[in-house]
Amino acid sequence: MSLKNQAAAIGFAELKPLKDAPPDLTPLMLMARLTADAIADAGLAKSDIDGFLVGMPSAEPGFIYPASAAEVLGINPRMLNVVDIGGASPAGMIWRAAAAIQAGMCSAVLCIVADLNRVGDQRVPVISVQREFESPYGNIGANCGYAMIAHRHMYEYGTTPQQMAKVAVDQRKSALKNPLAAFGDKPLTIDDVLNSRMIVDPLHLFEIVSPCSGGSAVIVASPEVAKRAKNPPVWILGAGEYSNHSSITYAPSLTESPIKPAADAAFKMAGVDRKDVDLICPYDCYTITVLVTLEDAGFCKKGQGGPFAAEHDLSYAGDFPCNTHGGQLSFGQPGLGGGMSHVVEGVRQLMGRGEGRQVKDAALAYVNGNGGIMSEQVSLILERRS
Amino acid sequence: MSEYIKPLPKPSPTSRPYWGAARRHELQLQHCGACSSYIYYPRPRCPNCMSDNLKWERVSGRGKLYSYTVVRRASTRSFADAPYVLAIVELDEGPRMTTNMIAPPDQLKIGMPVAVYFDDVTPEQTLVKFKPA
Repeated sequence: MSLKNQAAAIGFAELKPLKDAPPDLTPLMLMARLTADAIADAGLAKSDIDGFLVGMPSAEPGFIYPASAAEVLGINPRMLNVVDIGGASPAGMIWRAAAAIQAGMCSAVLCIVADLNRVGDQRVPVISVQREFESPYGNIGANCGYAMIAHRHMYEYGTTPQQMAKVAVDQRKSALKNPLAAFGDKPLTIDDVLNSRMIVDPLHLFEIVSPCSGGSAVIVASPEVAKRAKNPPVWILGAGEYSNHSSITYAPSLTESPIKPAADAAFKMAGVDRKDVDLICPYDCYTITVLVTLEDAGFCKKGQGGPFAAEHDLSYAGDFPCNTHGGQLSFGQPGLGGGMSHVVEGVRQLMGRGEGRQVKDAALAYVNGNGGIMSEQVSLILERRS
Repeated sequence: MSEYIKPLPKPSPTSRPYWGAARRHELQLQHCGACSSYIYYPRPRCPNCMSDNLKWERVSGRGKLYSYTVVRRASTRSFADAPYVLAIVELDEGPRMTTNMIAPPDQLKIGMPVAVYFDDVTPEQTLVKFKPA
């Protein structure tokens, strides 16, 4: 028994991220709009939605959140949950939705995230051990952990700042064709990246995701519901999840991430090869995250992510399309909507709705969601059948 | 002396001996009597084998710099005195620790030997930091 072909993404909605947080907006207002738009996009009625997976908005958190959000939206779910695995939450929602559908618990699951950029100075971890053993030394927020991963990767494999910067540059090429990208108005060069301010050595400002406001939603449905959807179904072919640490200090390795077991499980379930994949949407909170994902998801040899990025054109028009929406680095990171942007782009491309950045004949996509400091990993293989 | 505004550990029943030893300028780790692992940070049971046969042992305070970053812009106001060096040290006994390196960044190299340095940040609290050995 597996999740292969048990459910499909049949519709989505995505807001253009805002760099600020307008005072007259709330996460639930954004969710209401996304719910209406996603249901219309799928060609369903609200009464068809019988599953509800939601991300906890940092701007308006609360206990027993799913029922209160569902009540506001007027949804009566047969399955409801918060998925709380950091940036991997959206990708994690997709396979959890498929599993609930396969189990017969529901037939059309709304997977939704929305948030406002109001974190400000409140980046104090709520995990008690991190408060005790990380915060006193200034290991607060995600920047430091990824910087230490990047530094160790350079030490072990000779990865260069230019190779890391290339990820942001190629993704920007695609963002120029994405009207929803918050940072998609002008091209970026490797020199631009390396001349931007150093924030946490060796990571520069343009290698670090920008927090935004916004959100997105994807509807995952059973084969029966998918038959009456407006869009061509994008089937969930494989999924895998893995975690082996919370703080990067206690990970078995800084440079070999838990992506490998997650990706191996997803590819095994899907029964496809890496070489069959037409585009990848790896979580990109930082440039180094993409290099490690290329390696650990098996698209290049361990340690060769840097040379791989340098040698391939990662844009929508290139020989190895990667984050054709611009990635979070150019799209922006509206809370968990950053992680959903990779799912949405995979689904959008496979539905053939990539418009000016459509990858030709895209039929198979690899999506990776990453939480914390490479802590939680979810890999998905998505397919559109001809 | 100005007030110390950075976050301080709130010791738990599990970790109190660790911070107490640090206050006496001793680095002590839990050692598992069942599987012989050294454990950092302090745990209710051995995370390797789940044994509760854990004893506190004084360790060498020696290790290697595993990775580090120079934080030039901190994400909280309490670390507005950035730049500072955030580091991961791998102790000779095995475990890795999140810490700070007390040294100019240009003197640091991944893999270099380091030795423990006890920083009495307040009259009650000592943080465990490292210097080049």
